[in-house]
Amino acid sequence: MKDLAEAARLALKMITSGDPVLYATTLRTLLISATATALSSLFFIPAGAFLYFSSFPGKKLVTEVVRTLYGIPTVLVGMLVFLAVSRTGPLGNLGLLFTPAAIAIGEAILVAPIITGLTFSALRTGGHELAETALSLGAGRWTAVLKVLSEKRQVLLTTVLVAFGRAVSEVGIAVMVGGNIAGYTRTLTTSIVLAVGKGEVARSIALGMVLLLLALSVNVTLTFLDPERNR
Amino acid sequence: MVRYATIVIGILTLSSCAPGPGENIEKNTVAQTESVDARLRVATTTSLYDTGLWNVLEPLFEEKYGMELDVLYAGTGKALEWGERGDVDVLTIHDRSREETFVERGLGLERIPFAYNHFLIVGPPDDPAGIGGLSPEEAFTRLHGMAGPVFVSRGDDSGTHSREKSIWISAGLDYDDVRTSGDWYVEGGNGMGPTLVMADQMRAYTLSDVGTFLSYGNDLDLVPLVDSGNALLNVYSAIIVSGTDNMDGAEALVEFLLSDEGQELLGRYGVDEYGTSLFHPCGGEEPDQP
Repeated sequence: MKDLAEAARLALKMITSGDPVLYATTLRTLLISATATALSSLFFIPAGAFLYFSSFPGKKLVTEVVRTLYGIPTVLVGMLVFLAVSRTGPLGNLGLLFTPAAIAIGEAILVAPIITGLTFSALRTGGHELAETALSLGAGRWTAVLKVLSEKRQVLLTTVLVAFGRAVSEVGIAVMVGGNIAGYTRTLTTSIVLAVGKGEVARSIALGMVLLLLALSVNVTLTFLDPERNR
Repeated sequence: MVRYATIVIGILTLSSCAPGPGENIEKNTVAQTESVDARLRVATTTSLYDTGLWNVLEPLFEEKYGMELDVLYAGTGKALEWGERGDVDVLTIHDRSREETFVERGLGLERIPFAYNHFLIVGPPDDPAGIGGLSPEEAFTRLHGMAGPVFVSRGDDSGTHSREKSIWISAGLDYDDVRTSGDWYVEGGNGMGPTLVMADQMRAYTLSDVGTFLSYGNDLDLVPLVDSGNALLNVYSAIIVSGTDNMDGAEALVEFLLSDEGQELLGRYGVDEYGTSLFHPCGGEEPDQP
């Protein structure tokens, strides 16, 4: 127990003294996860809107499948992306394996169902009404959808932050397609795996604290954005 | 929308090319403007990685040859798999028979031994099974079938795991029987370092290379119990993957490992910290002593 207290003290020191590796890893993790979330939002907020506004046979099934995929195991996504971007895979010639871009792509896929599903849910309260209002004011179909999304921007931002939270905390994809290369594809979560395996207690705790701090700041932002949330 | 897409793609490109600050402060900045393919990828066994050796080799190599080196760690089995897929350029591994098969199949250019050390059977200091001083085969025979978690295996198809299998076989046992014969045999599925930590926590025995054992030694109660026998020679080889698109880099790395500087560094590594070197350089030749 005394060792643990000592390690926690060292961890705090690492954070406060600006340990360069810790900070570089944090920055890299933020960059990768933010890229993944932005990339996924770009495609799947529109996908969620499409799912809401369109009607086709099997729509309910698709919605259910999307919801089920909220909890898709990260190692499964990691494995699929690995097979796709490995040299012998269909996207092999892009040379993406063991790069930060590969992690970002994997995480983008990971959060795609969350973004699609939560966008869909967000529109369910008043989406059609808003669209009809926009249409009656002379907007075209696409402009009307954009108008609705813009009206719902607060909920959509929440969606994006939830997705970011999932991306930043996953480890399966980062290890498998990133390879945990020091200074290049090493993220907070993969660093923790390595540090625990090495028995580097202080470093593990420091990394864990930073990761928790990131999750906390996402949560605080969410509460700030939506004061109703905690009532 | 187009502007947004441009920004996102911009970020993506940026994050894939720019090395992070801090860790790479001293790295050559040329690589930042080169394409991703200019990076050299070496897959190394966890037993080499966990000793910290690459933390010393990597910056020296990068400075000398002006290229980015990505060090990926995995068991020998996984490293060979990456090599076969063409996902890495060079392998530094330790499983002679599988290395020779890899080269025979035309997947690798040549097997070049660059350093060696030994395996150890390590266990709790009180040695409840009484294997101290036995031969590796006798020790394994004695551990076989004892009660409780007794032996932690890498269980990950690594070079160390291969060696463990071959010791069971030369002890006259069938490996599949050993593996499935009870709770005493624990398949960890981890790298060398984590396996040592696991054996330590379980008060069990395991097979480890001396390098990883020494670099983890201070944090472990485990002690070496069997350290001699022909079955314990551990040779590390470098193999250039035939299909590499960075042949210049791959050749440079092998040249660096075999150079006077590289060999001296290998022979000296660990002396300051552990009082003994973790590796013996062998300059491209098969070491002939056990």
